[in-house]
Amino acid sequence: MNEGKVFSLYDFTALTKWIDTGLHHAMSPFWAVITELLIIGVLILIFYALIGLFLVYAERKVCAFMQNRLGPNRVGPFGLFQTIADLLKLLFVELVPIKNADKFLFNLAPFIVIIASFMAIAAIPFAKGLHAIDLNIGVFYVMAVSAMGVIGILLAGWSSNNKYSLIGAMRSGAQIVSYELSVGLALITVVILAGSMQLSVIVEAQRDGWFIFKGHIPAFIAFILFLISSTAETNRGPFDLAEAESELTAGYHTEYSGIKFAFFFLAEFMNMFIVASIAATVFLGGWMPLHFGAWAAGFNHVMDFIPPFIWYIVKTFFVIWLMMWFKWTFPRLRIDQLLTLEWKYLLPFNLVNVLVMAFIVLMGWHF
Amino acid sequence: MKSIINYLKEVICGVWSLLKGMAVTGKYFFSPGQIVTQKYPNNRKSLVMMERFKGEVIMPHNEKNEHKCTGCGICEINCPNGSIEVISKMITTDDGKKKKAIDKHIYRLGMCTFCALCVKNCPSDALAFGQEFEHAVFNRALLIKVLNKPGSQLMKGVE
Repeated sequence: MNEGKVFSLYDFTALTKWIDTGLHHAMSPFWAVITELLIIGVLILIFYALIGLFLVYAERKVCAFMQNRLGPNRVGPFGLFQTIADLLKLLFVELVPIKNADKFLFNLAPFIVIIASFMAIAAIPFAKGLHAIDLNIGVFYVMAVSAMGVIGILLAGWSSNNKYSLIGAMRSGAQIVSYELSVGLALITVVILAGSMQLSVIVEAQRDGWFIFKGHIPAFIAFILFLISSTAETNRGPFDLAEAESELTAGYHTEYSGIKFAFFFLAEFMNMFIVASIAATVFLGGWMPLHFGAWAAGFNHVMDFIPPFIWYIVKTFFVIWLMMWFKWTFPRLRIDQLLTLEWKYLLPFNLVNVLVMAFIVLMGWHF
Repeated sequence: MKSIINYLKEVICGVWSLLKGMAVTGKYFFSPGQIVTQKYPNNRKSLVMMERFKGEVIMPHNEKNEHKCTGCGICEINCPNGSIEVISKMITTDDGKKKKAIDKHIYRLGMCTFCALCVKNCPSDALAFGQEFEHAVFNRALLIKVLNKPGSQLMKGVE
C-alpha cells in the first residue's frame, strides 16, 4: 500500500501520458508525433552534452587523484568549468582541410560515430516511464547500434589519407569484431536469467534483488567479463591502442581538428556512459532501488524513498569510475596481447559461463 | 588435464596481479592527503623549496660580511661553459704582508647549466646553491651577477 504510493510519486508514466494526450488534443496525430520526437530529441541532446562535459571533467579529476595530483583547479570552483572553456576553445579552432582526403567520407565519419552513440541512448531506461523507446529486443538493439560506431572510425581512418589513421582504424576494427562476441555472450548470460531482452522487463525482474546477487557466481563472472570487453569495445582504458599516442600520434582522429575532433572525443565518452548504463541496468538493477527478498521489507521500503533516477545515475557513475580505475592503472596492451586475451581467455570463460548459468536457471538454483 | 590446471593457474595469477595494481591506485584515490602538487603562484609566500634544489650559485656571507672565497680560480677553470670569472687583486694585510684576494666573483646565470662542478670542487666551500628560482628579467645584462658583496672580506682562518 505505502510502497505503491512512493512508487507512483516517482513514476513518470503519468506525466508522459499527460503530455501525449495534451498534444493529441491540440493538433493532428502527425504533428503530435513530430512534436514529441522534437521534445525527446532536444532533451536527449541536452542530457548528452551535459553528461559529456561532466565526464571529461570527471575523467581528468579521477586520473589526477589516482596519480596523487590535483587535476584541473583553475577555471571555476574546483575547475568545474574547465571543460566548458575547452569546448569554447574547440569551437573556435580552424577546421584544417586535408590534401587528397576523401572529402565526403572525411566529413561524414564524425557524424556516424556520434549518431551511433546517440541512437543507443534512446533505448536506455532512466527511470520508470522515462524511457524513449522500450523495444522488446532492447539488449540486442543497444549492442547492434553501439557497434555501428566502428564504421565511423574505419571511415575516419580510411578517408584521412594518413597511415597512422589507417593503422589505428584497422586496430579498432579488429578489436570490435573480437570483443563484440564477449559483450554479447556476457549479456546473454543475463538474458537467460531474466528470460527477456526487453530492458524494462529486465529492470522489473530485479525488483526483489539485482541480477548480480540473484545469479550469484555466474552473474558476477559475467559482470567482470562484460566490464573488460566493453572497456575494449569503447576503445578505452588499457585497450586504447587504436589511438596509442606514442606510436600512432592520435590514431584515427589524427587529422581532425576543431568541432569534428570534439565529436569523436564526445562520442568516446558517451560510449563509455552507454556501456556503463547497460552494465548498471542489466547487472545492478538500473533504476531499481537496492532490494532484498521479502525478509527485508523494512529495508526495501526505506530504499524506495530515494528517487529511481538517482539510483540509476549513482550506479552508472560507479561503473564509469571502475572503468576509469582500469584505465589509469593498467598499461596499454599490444594488438597480439589484445587478441590473445579475447580469444584464449575471455571467450572460453564466457562460453562456459553461459552454460553454467543455463544449468543454474534450469535447476532453479538462483535466488 | 595438467594443461587445464596450468591455464586456470595463469588466469588466477594474472587477475591477482591486476588487483594488486588496482589496490595501489585505489589507495591513492581515497587518500587525498598524499597529493604532491603545489599550488605555486597561490602559495608563493609559504613555499619551501627542497634543500638540494639548485636554484642559482651563491656565495654565503656571515653576519660580519665575510665570505670564504680565497680567489684560487678553481671554479673558473672547472666551469665547462665559462659562466664564472674570478677577478683578483693584491691587498696588504694588517701585518704588512701582500696577499691575493678577490675583487669580483662574476657569475653569469644566463649561461649556467647547474652542473655543480664549481660548488663541488671549491676547496674552501665558498660556493653553494641557493633556492631562489624566479630569475626572469627583461634585460640579459641583469643575469650577470657579482657574488661577493661590496666591502666583504675573507673569513679569518680560511687560507
